[in-house]
Amino acid sequence: MKTNDVILQTVTKVTLFIIILFSIHLFFAGHYYPGGGFIGGLMTSGAIVLLLLAFDIKTVKSILPIDYIKLTAIGLLFAIGTGAGALLFDMPFLTHAYTYVNMPLLGKTSLHTAVLFDTGVYLVVIGVTMTIIQTIGESE
Amino acid sequence: MFDTVLWISVTFLSLAMIGLIYRVIKGPTVADRVVALDAIGISLVSVVALVSILLDTNAFLDIILLIGILAFIGTVAFSKFLEKGVIMEYDRNGDR
Repeated sequence: MKTNDVILQTVTKVTLFIIILFSIHLFFAGHYYPGGGFIGGLMTSGAIVLLLLAFDIKTVKSILPIDYIKLTAIGLLFAIGTGAGALLFDMPFLTHAYTYVNMPLLGKTSLHTAVLFDTGVYLVVIGVTMTIIQTIGESE
Repeated sequence: MFDTVLWISVTFLSLAMIGLIYRVIKGPTVADRVVALDAIGISLVSVVALVSILLDTNAFLDIILLIGILAFIGTVAFSKFLEKGVIMEYDRNGDR
């Protein structure tokens, strides 16, 4: 039976961008305000789950052709790479460095290598959550 | 004075949530329970907003949007389960 989900699909198309922007805000605000990689990744996967609810798994796979297991591996690589990068400068493992840079558009910005570690957490959380949900959703 | 007004509002919202919990427990159909749970989520948003005014902090403002989004996704998932029996289908235009 073919069903008609016009209202749900239209609301999803509008809401998706708000949720993804909110998750990116949570991710970048994590150093100074509540938030961070974990909750940002969970909200991003929440947006993808909303897409999966409004459409089907096949359509979402053609919209976002991402292998989520590889995404998890890339995230772990980010975290380990950030930790191992400190060893190159004769510092203990996972020592972070930061500096203040005058960016052309953003003004005085603090660049911290903890953001790269948080990117790893973000990617791992998205990868693990979507792997669990898609594996359960695909099983007959 | 202003704190008293806020506490009275929190009290009335708690009474509203007790009414909604009654509907969740008693509700004859599943749809009644889903709507009541959605309304509990939205009342929770108001309680978080009032408590963040009472504690004089803006650290909880992200929580408000978070509860709103989670209540929406949860309600959509449950209503799709009630409507079709599956939450995510593999191919909605296929014969499965």
